[in-house]
Amino acid sequence: MRLAAPAKPSSAKTEQIILFRVSGQLFAVSSASVQEVRSADSMPGAATEISATGLRKVRHVLRRGDRSLFIVNGAMHFGLHAAEGALLFVLRKTRTALLIDGIEKMTTMTRLQALPLSFCHEERQWYRGLTALDQTVVPVVHPEGFLSPEELALLDAALLQTDNSAAAAFEETDSSQ
Amino acid sequence: MTVAAELGLQSFVLLRLGERRFAVSANQIAELVAPSRIFRFPHKTPKLEGVILRRGRIVPVCDVSEMLLGKRLTSRRFYLIAVRNYGTQKEWIAMPVTGECELINAEMMAAVESDAPHVAGWLSHDGDVIEVLNLDALTPGPEHLLAEAAARQRPEARP
Repeated sequence: MRLAAPAKPSSAKTEQIILFRVSGQLFAVSSASVQEVRSADSMPGAATEISATGLRKVRHVLRRGDRSLFIVNGAMHFGLHAAEGALLFVLRKTRTALLIDGIEKMTTMTRLQALPLSFCHEERQWYRGLTALDQTVVPVVHPEGFLSPEELALLDAALLQTDNSAAAAFEETDSSQ
Repeated sequence: MTVAAELGLQSFVLLRLGERRFAVSANQIAELVAPSRIFRFPHKTPKLEGVILRRGRIVPVCDVSEMLLGKRLTSRRFYLIAVRNYGTQKEWIAMPVTGECELINAEMMAAVESDAPHVAGWLSHDGDVIEVLNLDALTPGPEHLLAEAAARQRPEARP
């Protein structure tokens, strides 16, 4: 049986991507989605611990003025073996900073193929699609796919609670002095 | 009109999974190919092993052996590439099979209500009664997600 030729990419234009690893697994992200790359070593001083029930992939939050960036452990998000993570991708137009093992390389993607419809669970939020590079298939992540609106609401509530506890502790110390 | 059409015969591809044979309507089969490298990446859909690259297409590999035989088969000789319907859309899926496939003409008996959803019908061939597979029910797709959600909601609906 003949099928229509696979849908052509929206245009023949290419896209710059960053290939990165999480727990040894290769992923790609559009370089335009990455606002900043930071070393995870810089995290202890800059990040605050946070604990939201049922959301183990986020343990820290970065404060940027009035913005909060939630640090998502990539390995936990994808259900891979836990890894420490050496780099942080601050993802543009999201509230996510993604903890990854490292950058493999930057390259150009000429074609993004939609995720086959057989894939019908959370991965449809995780990936924009798949791309074939050097005879390898790499999933291209969706920057907004790391935290759902429900998860963000949960994290905001946990953040508020953390702030309130900190304020209460400060007031207590202040009054005792 | 051909003799096969006059007799009400249809074409089926017989595939082998372990010791058992199953049939799929021949007009759903694209090709039979030798196993190639499977690319795996994280996902949550059961029964999907990963994807293969075939003629520039990325084709999901769907292992149906556990559902059909109750156990996973590790040995595989070919991938049977079939067409799977998703509403109005059609996509290729690759099913690992353990032996040669055979094209036959046979008359299909329709499935009855008590048959499993993945059974499209039955045919008799070579002294065997063989299940004709309904790939849309056998392999994952958005409709499975709806069915799972409905199944999850059902117990809550009870008084």
